[in-house]
Amino acid sequence: MSTHTGTDVAEEAVDSQEDVESFRQRARAWLAESMPLLPEGYTNQQLSREDESGEEARRLQRILFDGGFAGLCFPVAYGGQGLSRAHQRAFTRESLPYRMPTVFNVPTFTILAATLLDFGTEEQKVRHIPAMLRGDELWVQFLSEPSGGSDLAGLVTRATRDGDVFVLNGSKIWSSGAFRSDYALCLARTDWRVPKHRGLTMFILKIHQPGVEVQQIKMSNRTAEFCQEFFDDVPIPVTDVVGEINDGWTVASRLLFHERNAVGGGSPFASGAVIAAAGQGGQRSELLELARATGQTGDPRVRQLVAEDRINERIQSQLIERVTTGIRTGAFPGPAGALPRLFAATNTERHVDIALEIAGADVGAWIDDDAPPLGEVYLNRQGSSLGGGSNEMQRNIISERVLGMPREYAADRDKPFDEVRHN
Amino acid sequence: MDLRITDDQQLLLETTRKFLESTAPLETVRRLADEEPAGFDRDWWRSGAELGWISLLVSEADGGGSVSGHGLLDLVLVAESMGRLVSPGPLVPTNVVAEALARSGSVDQRRRLLPGLMSGTSVAAWCLGAPAAGIDSGGRVGAKLGDTGVVLDGVSGPVEAGGQADVYLVTAATEDGVAQFIVPSDSPGVTVDAANSLDVVRRFAQIRFDQVTVGQDAALGVAETTVADIEHQLQTVAVLQCAEMVGAMDRVFEFTVEYAADRYSFGRPLASYQALKHRFADMKVWLEAAHATAGAAARAVDSGSTHAAELVSVAKAYIGDRGPVILQDCVQIHGGIGVTWDHDLHLYLRRVVVDRTQWGTPRDHRERVAVAMGMERGDP
Repeated sequence: MSTHTGTDVAEEAVDSQEDVESFRQRARAWLAESMPLLPEGYTNQQLSREDESGEEARRLQRILFDGGFAGLCFPVAYGGQGLSRAHQRAFTRESLPYRMPTVFNVPTFTILAATLLDFGTEEQKVRHIPAMLRGDELWVQFLSEPSGGSDLAGLVTRATRDGDVFVLNGSKIWSSGAFRSDYALCLARTDWRVPKHRGLTMFILKIHQPGVEVQQIKMSNRTAEFCQEFFDDVPIPVTDVVGEINDGWTVASRLLFHERNAVGGGSPFASGAVIAAAGQGGQRSELLELARATGQTGDPRVRQLVAEDRINERIQSQLIERVTTGIRTGAFPGPAGALPRLFAATNTERHVDIALEIAGADVGAWIDDDAPPLGEVYLNRQGSSLGGGSNEMQRNIISERVLGMPREYAADRDKPFDEVRHN
Repeated sequence: MDLRITDDQQLLLETTRKFLESTAPLETVRRLADEEPAGFDRDWWRSGAELGWISLLVSEADGGGSVSGHGLLDLVLVAESMGRLVSPGPLVPTNVVAEALARSGSVDQRRRLLPGLMSGTSVAAWCLGAPAAGIDSGGRVGAKLGDTGVVLDGVSGPVEAGGQADVYLVTAATEDGVAQFIVPSDSPGVTVDAANSLDVVRRFAQIRFDQVTVGQDAALGVAETTVADIEHQLQTVAVLQCAEMVGAMDRVFEFTVEYAADRYSFGRPLASYQALKHRFADMKVWLEAAHATAGAAARAVDSGSTHAAELVSVAKAYIGDRGPVILQDCVQIHGGIGVTWDHDLHLYLRRVVVDRTQWGTPRDHRERVAVAMGMERGDP
């Protein structure tokens, strides 16, 4: 079993690496020559939304790869650059004025590639990680199911062994951008006679193939990023098992660690900024712009609200920094990644509420098509409090696995899964 | 606390904690509250000063010195340790005045005053007698040039350690803006009126200046840098207050987690109830966020970052807001015992509320953040 050394990335440049300052200069010059500028007033997040198929992102990722600026913190053996977090931070800062293929960051690089680095066989890593970095493969995770999200280990999608293949049947849900993606890490039940955590296996699954149907789900804010998949007798080669058969929970736990890390902003594998944030070079405050546009910068209450938002934003980066350092040095246990994750989610709720407060009547009815549809943003306020494990699950993780409090009662503990009541 | 501290800082931290635990445990704090009018013992303060409490922000040339090359980061460890034990003593006011003297004082001022402050034989207080650095504590002291020197008139306060200080740093309004003066507390015309304080050992007083005349050599620094000097003083104070609040919050959270594990109701520990576990999880997030922002603010001031003013106010606003929230939640989890005099919780709550409200409330610091963001006061 791998010991997770695959995703250890040095914080600062080591002697064998190019020093960060000269790297920064080189990156700056290359970016100016190679990458398209972001249009005035746009963020990579907005442009990603318009690039629904992901074709533009793939093209940009290929430019980064050919220029030697893809996968800065990935090992050289798998097509990366083998550099430190300090190099990645420098590159991200330099990249702020440019269009970047940020859709690859989450989940492809920060979650799926990271998990493959930790648990994939050499053959799996060589086959897929360079392909991701080249922009050829977008990945997604197939974890949650219609029967339940928080109780992940209680899933009921089955993979039945038949010679050299497993045959997959069932359904997955809340996968982000599966319609445009190429591969998934898919967790399925391979043994029903043992307690739930011990009968799961993680598979590499090719998405676009006979027997796999992908449906986009229309969300309350009119977006259709999330998907549901249906599997009907899909064959998966045994060589596409990640980790050990029936030890998929170990792999899934690591995947979830990477997810918390990614969502909390602590992953070394993300490149470029989705939204140029304060403290990362950009000083832009969306709410300050809103206050200006609505002529309220002199209103003491609005000033307080805009400042509160800036304070939360600053502290979010400071907390990520602290927890990332703490996990690396052993001052915090791995599950402490739930701390910035929970902070970020509650911060998002507050941010959206403040925007609503400042915007006034425009939230409900508006004329200008160019204005950000704050009302629609508000409708999806809870998105970041649900994705990647709800806030309530994060609170369980923090209290139980960071603070050491007693675990919740579970009726299925140590029971063979086929004796457990489930949906 | 910062997760990365040097071996020398670790030694300073351990020495300070041991000294505080053995000489000023909470029973001692309670005794001082009742029996000691000054709130602290002068001999004890001298012993603390020998550990470097007042020397860290003063250069070696002036007889001070840090342990890590980053005096403020060292001092933060002392302040946090004091927060953990709601320690007595004028740590913040004496340090801010010592640093101001060390940064801007004349050779004569430094020689005359620093040795006493650093050895703990004298104590200092900062009287903010005019709105400055975005903070208005209500003090109104004017300074005018008279026949025999500078004449100060007005009132400042409540000033921490105002009744114990041997020397005041007075920020006063002049015709040309604010200026700062060093004023001995026994100068003719100075009246000290003890004020009330929520903190049990931290004393405050209102200081009245009635035609107090000092020589022109009492001026601290030069006019061109006074505004920046005051801003720096405020940053130092706020960083130390944040460290102290975080120390207090950390200690209270620690013993409340223990209490929840040890206290049984309906046959199970409090810590097994999800309704409480989730509150603890929220508190843990806020507590670690407080540590993170306190550390970031201290490093920004220590390194002279251009973002220091903003980051200090980010920390003071956040910790000033969250500190009392966490402590009140801990009171709630303790139940009725948590609102009794004999339980230590209120000692911490008192300290945190005082730190929250002095030198800028969260509201004041949010306004400073708005200014730092470039938010226009009028309509654009």
